[in-house]
Amino acid sequence: MIALQDRKLALWYIGVAYIAFLIGTLMGLLQVFIRNDKLQLPAWLDYYQILTAHGVLLALIYTTFFIFAFFVTGMSKSIGTFGPKVRLVSWIGFWVTLLGTVLATAMIVAGEASVLYTFYAPLMASGWYYVGLALFVVGTWISSFALIGHYRVWRKNNKGELSPLFAFMTITTIILWLIACLGVVATVLFQYIPWAFGWTDTINVELSRSLFWFFGHPLVYFWLLPAYIAWYVIVPKILGVKVFSDSLARLAFVLFILFSIPVGFHHQLTEPGISNFWKFLQVVLTFMVIIPSLMTAFTMFANFEISGRKKGATGLFGWFKKLPWKDVRFTSIFIAMAFFIPGGAGGIINASFQLNEVVHNTLWIVGHFHITVGTPVAMTFMGLTFWLIPYLTGRKFTKSMQILAFVQIITWSIGMLLMSTAQHILGLLGAPRRTAFSNYNNHPSAMEWFDGILTSHVTMAVGGSILFLSAMILIYIVAMSMFLSPKALKVEDQVEFPMAESDKTHTPKWLENWWIWIGIAFALIIIAYAIPLSSMIMHAPPGSEGFKTW
Amino acid sequence: MHLHKFEKVWLIFGIISLIVFLSIVGVTAFSHDHHPSGGMDTIDPEKVDQTAPFDNPGVTQIDDDTYQVAIVAMAFGYTAPELRVPAGKEIIFKVTSKDVVHSFTIDDTKVNMMVVPGQITTRAYTFEKPGKYLILCNEYCGTGHHFMFTEIEVY
Repeated sequence: MIALQDRKLALWYIGVAYIAFLIGTLMGLLQVFIRNDKLQLPAWLDYYQILTAHGVLLALIYTTFFIFAFFVTGMSKSIGTFGPKVRLVSWIGFWVTLLGTVLATAMIVAGEASVLYTFYAPLMASGWYYVGLALFVVGTWISSFALIGHYRVWRKNNKGELSPLFAFMTITTIILWLIACLGVVATVLFQYIPWAFGWTDTINVELSRSLFWFFGHPLVYFWLLPAYIAWYVIVPKILGVKVFSDSLARLAFVLFILFSIPVGFHHQLTEPGISNFWKFLQVVLTFMVIIPSLMTAFTMFANFEISGRKKGATGLFGWFKKLPWKDVRFTSIFIAMAFFIPGGAGGIINASFQLNEVVHNTLWIVGHFHITVGTPVAMTFMGLTFWLIPYLTGRKFTKSMQILAFVQIITWSIGMLLMSTAQHILGLLGAPRRTAFSNYNNHPSAMEWFDGILTSHVTMAVGGSILFLSAMILIYIVAMSMFLSPKALKVEDQVEFPMAESDKTHTPKWLENWWIWIGIAFALIIIAYAIPLSSMIMHAPPGSEGFKTW
Repeated sequence: MHLHKFEKVWLIFGIISLIVFLSIVGVTAFSHDHHPSGGMDTIDPEKVDQTAPFDNPGVTQIDDDTYQVAIVAMAFGYTAPELRVPAGKEIIFKVTSKDVVHSFTIDDTKVNMMVVPGQITTRAYTFEKPGKYLILCNEYCGTGHHFMFTEIEVY
């Protein structure tokens, strides 16, 4: 078990993550009923306030806090207990992140920031909302630097050695995060804050959107890579095998640093101000990320097959039956991976240049991110939560909790399948995303969206309700593992942190030369962004004043 | 770095598919002029009403086979009087915003344009079937976002 102080830090992160999860999923439940005209909010509460809270709390707060809990635990486990300096800086990072979160959330609740989590200008929230977001990012940077500091201590003490795979992957994710945040920090600090506090009159809208998406796309890889860490490092241990290939795992991760950032324009394909050449160039770069994804898919199935054959499986698919289906730590993550197959395919569709027009800003997109971040990432985090909290609190993960965990992941899967299928098809029929209930004056095309069997807002609401039930079961499991489950006094009751062995004897050293990867990443960013961004600044139209349209 | 033989096959297959796929998308885009909506024209968002073509929004016939439709989006509606256009002719939509970001999305078509203040979004489209098409805003623009819609009649 790792040091008590490190466990305490991780538990605080998890605690905040699940408070955000609780409120965020409740907001989701309200939304599906409003869209179906079955619920009307009281006058003091607005649909778009709820929508903003749902997005911010789940996509930003839940994910980020959980990721840091996972990193803190895994880094302490793989490269040793935090020193006093690292610990202090980590706590400062935690509190700054939390302060930013509370400030931003308070502004949303007060109705001063119904601008959604993308906060597109010239919608203008209270300046304090942007300050909250800035503090949130700065807090994560402080925590990131603490982890980097911890890693550097290890490197210094183990000269010439490659770091353990978990630490390597954590540092990769952090580098990606630090570079990605440059875009959002630039726009919030130099555009939004001076404008919202009235120090400047107008804002360059197209530039702010492009800087946001410089950050917005790699943000999804910041969610995904920690899930990949679990897939690469945790799953093989549960399966009883070694990491399939240490060098390929590391190569896949550094490729994500290179190909996740210079691609934000694929979120802006249907808008003016960016020429077709630059849009298409970024589409091509977007698709490069498929290569490490294919490598990951191969590795996962290789792990499954090797594990199955080790347990005596024969034939082409015999290994499938030998997988540890009764172990909820495995089954949860397996389902998460399965959801990522249609999720990833949908992503390819969305980024396909002209094809984007068919789905842009429709419910299809909502369906898409519920089967990417909402299940592959979130359910991997759930699968980690089941053992991570007992591991940190020293409590048992009892038989009844294991059964409940199965109920939780199965209900989540069913709910998500119903909801996301409905959303995908409704999107193809043209139903818009981010929109409260409307039948557009009983327009026949809009009425179609309410009476299909699978393709209706009713199906979406049924799915959403099942998801909320599942979320509440998870909250119960979290509360039990945090405070109430019996203490694991005997060694055999103690929950382990499954971390697979990784044979790094044949791994080339240059994979851990970060300056190579950071250098190439910046070169690609300059190729993809320098000219279009500077043309947005030089050929900017007169800027926009702020609007509060809510 | 050692690559398993099957992994080589898998990756080569994947990368070739990727090249084929991107080539198809790229060739149709740049040789058949099949781009998503966009455009590089700018406008002063505070002087939309005084700037052509938005000083006279609506349908204008350019020549026998081409019509232009100028539309101003604002919270929460479109300034677009009497939208009636013929089927089978090329319709060039030009849209801009007087306030926040909106969209101009025609249901059952591929017209799905982001409307950004300060910029003019352009998209050419030819309707095949006559009828009344729903136009809606699918980018969040404020409290009345879900009431932002209009209709276009194709004859």
